Amino acid sequence: MSFSVEVEQKQNILCVRLHGELDHHSASELRAIVDRHLEEHNTKHIVLNAEGLTFMDSSGIGVILGRYKKLQPRGGRLIVCGVSAPVYRLFEMAGLFKVLSLEEQESHALQALGEAV
Amino acid sequence: MKNEMEIQFSALSQNESFARVSVAAFIAQLDPTMDELTEIKTVVSEAVTNAIIHGYEENPAGTVTITVHLDDDVVGISVRDEGGGIDDVDQAKEPLYTSKPDLERSGMGFTIMENFMDEMSVTSVAGRGTTVYVKKQLSKNKVVNH
Repeated sequence: MSFSVEVEQKQNILCVRLHGELDHHSASELRAIVDRHLEEHNTKHIVLNAEGLTFMDSSGIGVILGRYKKLQPRGGRLIVCGVSAPVYRLFEMAGLFKVLSLEEQESHALQALGEAV
Repeated sequence: MKNEMEIQFSALSQNESFARVSVAAFIAQLDPTMDELTEIKTVVSEAVTNAIIHGYEENPAGTVTITVHLDDDVVGISVRDEGGGIDDVDQAKEPLYTSKPDLERSGMGFTIMENFMDEMSVTSVAGRGTTVYVKKQLSKNKVVNH
């Protein structure tokens, strides 16, 4: 039922792997961790791996959109991968795919950003 | 068969998970599909989050009450707070509208509730609180595993 985040910096790409349930409560934890990394590292792009996510509500949409906005001044992209059917449905409802790209796996997302895998 | 349950808890974000899991556990007796269960958990999470953030402005002294009625295959859920109320319910229901953009709220809560359920109604009185009622008929044709 809990939530955890794993982050890994790969050159100028921040890989964020989500595990558990992303709601209003856990969204603040995700926001703090990602924003701290954005400040401390030379990050241009974010790859958000949702493979381990077992639940997400609209608070997840808010926090993801917020991180996308933070990347805009850096000219970066946000790619999501490993998205389950229920999470995909929420993304679609919120029109998130107008601004975010979707890849099946993290390796594909890194390839799309030009990172040698 | 009719069945009913009610839970009350403090307006703490830690309880959002408790709320959706409790409602899902109660509804499990109707043998819902995984999709139905996910939809109901998401809707409960949205309504409870609204009560905590908007109703009570995250003041944990507030109490959120959830009542679930089962009537054969129909699930009715009401989520009630005695918080600040919503000034303009129609505006609040608009997709992407949020009164708290600074908190990175997506403004999708009511849109999701309307989409995932068959019916939704919002009753709100300024200074008195808000009740969100949602209803869903669960599918009757399920695969039976022998």
